[in-house]
Amino acid sequence: MELLLQQVMAGLATGGIYALMALAVVMIYQAIDHLNFAQGEMAMFSTFIAWQLMQWGQPYWAAFAIAVVLSFVGGVVIERVLFRPIHNAPILSSIVAFIALFSILNSGAGYLFDYTIKEFPTPFGSKPFLGITLISTHQAGMIGVTLGMLALLYLFFRGTRLGLAMRAAAANPESARLVGIRVGWMTALGWGMAAAIGAVAGVLIAPVVFLEPNMMLGVLLYGFAGAVLGGLTSPGGAVFGGFAMGVIENLAGTFIPYVGRELKLTIALVLIVAVLMVRPSGIFGRRLVVRV
Amino acid sequence: MTVPTEEIAAKQPVAVAPPVGAARRGAALDVALARPVVIAASLVIALVIPLVVRSFIAFQLTQVMVYALAILGLNLLTGYNGQFSLGHSAFYGIGAYTAAIMMHRWDITYFWTLPSAGLVCFAVGFLFGLPALRLQGLYLALATFALAVAMPQILKFGPLEHWTGGVQGLVIDKPDPPFGLPIDADQWLYYFTLAVLVLMFAGATSLVNSRSGRAIKAIRDNPIAAAAMGINTALYKTLTFGVSALYTGVAGALGAIVVQFVAPDSFSFFLSVSFLVGLVIGGVGSIPGCLVGGLFVLYVPNIAESVSTGLAGVVYGVILLIIIFVMPDGAAGFARLAAARLAGAKQPHTTEGRLP
Repeated sequence: MELLLQQVMAGLATGGIYALMALAVVMIYQAIDHLNFAQGEMAMFSTFIAWQLMQWGQPYWAAFAIAVVLSFVGGVVIERVLFRPIHNAPILSSIVAFIALFSILNSGAGYLFDYTIKEFPTPFGSKPFLGITLISTHQAGMIGVTLGMLALLYLFFRGTRLGLAMRAAAANPESARLVGIRVGWMTALGWGMAAAIGAVAGVLIAPVVFLEPNMMLGVLLYGFAGAVLGGLTSPGGAVFGGFAMGVIENLAGTFIPYVGRELKLTIALVLIVAVLMVRPSGIFGRRLVVRV
Repeated sequence: MTVPTEEIAAKQPVAVAPPVGAARRGAALDVALARPVVIAASLVIALVIPLVVRSFIAFQLTQVMVYALAILGLNLLTGYNGQFSLGHSAFYGIGAYTAAIMMHRWDITYFWTLPSAGLVCFAVGFLFGLPALRLQGLYLALATFALAVAMPQILKFGPLEHWTGGVQGLVIDKPDPPFGLPIDADQWLYYFTLAVLVLMFAGATSLVNSRSGRAIKAIRDNPIAAAAMGINTALYKTLTFGVSALYTGVAGALGAIVVQFVAPDSFSFFLSVSFLVGLVIGGVGSIPGCLVGGLFVLYVPNIAESVSTGLAGVVYGVILLIIIFVMPDGAAGFARLAAARLAGAKQPHTTEGRLP
């Protein structure tokens, strides 16, 4: 029983990372109706910017703020320059463009900052949290920030005119345009916000997984899986899915004898597929109704 | 995920084509006649190439054909049936291991491994297609992704090591040319692969143009309308999954014979991504486009590497972006557009090669 509790706690701690990434994934999905496969690499690049600023002598919070702002601008620029011109291309072509962006950012970061693994500071410290050895103050802080961002996003999308306009632009671009919403800029804004959330995620994840160009690969996979499990239309569901991924992964590794450790990602994915069999749009996702 | 294609757009202009001037009609006829000529010419060129180039290039071109066949498998599922898959590296891997195990453990001649690999993959694909029935778009992408992630781990899995050779994989022998033909082993494998390729491309062409093919495409364009027309969508979707896996599995078996080696990590998720990129570059829903996709998958990473070792990924990404910008519908869409321009027609879709 104690082992179970410990493993659940440890799972929640890593799940916090996945939840943060899942949230960024769902954000951009809401804004542009596509999954951004380069999301993790964008976050990784932002983290490198923060690291570089700190190397140049900036204090932690200044570097953090500048990196988030730069990421927001970068996200908008990427949308305007790369994805605006092909927004009418078939969906598979956009996916390939995401793959291209992934490749460019990954290799570019490796070239600029090289592939050695770097340590990244944490603002929360890394002592045990409230006496629980499995969860550090950093991980607790990370979970806190994730939940805080979720609340802010909820308020933004539910409570502000801009949030409403962004939701309208994503849900029905043509009608949104007719009521005077500048759909193109809403999409760009969505990219900017997703990039900024990604930057926050990257900076918080880096102390745990260490900074290097491939740091986000595994995290992004779990984040995607969490987002799909929770439902791509629901930011709260995505956060839930991210935490669930962390717990499932840990429990499968500990309690399923023989195959657990080697195949834990596989087992987690198979479980998710099993859940999707029952709820094909994720646990909290809305079912899309298609008109013929 | 519905894959938008030119099929619907193509039908309307063709239907109104006859009343337009005789000149344009002549142009359309030229294009219709051009198709068999182009195919025959390409075949002749394909037959001559290995006799004039170095062995290594023949070997590379053989791999191009193998990739083209794998991409064709993905194309049948994604391009023609509208089902998205990130799991085709798994089918490719199953095909490759079927061939390798048969040759390595049981000393079975290489050409018998192809039908077996195809059948095994058809069965696996068909079974995987059953749960996939309930999933669409990105949710299906995640399920197939799970398959791709699981495959290398299953191949490395301890208890199966006796069969799969574990992390080390299996080494197989290169087949010799039969009947004492005066060519080397690379050239023979090239011709063997070419023969399989031609056979399977012809099969795919007749499949997509048949009654079943129309049902498969109808499900892609509108599943509800297709069901209302009396098409058994569940059956066709699972069968398409099976056939798609069969094509990719045969490609995998050929690939194993060509490189004489299989190891778990060659069949990772990134292979699926390569297939997807090849599919889009060649043209979604185009059979000859798969060859362009195969060329891209094999050569462009090498070209990027030769431009700059440190920035290979950046160069690769930039090349990919430029291609998507210039031809968002892939090589096939670009070729259609070019053909239409040459024929002097304003409508880009009128000269698809079919007559009213």
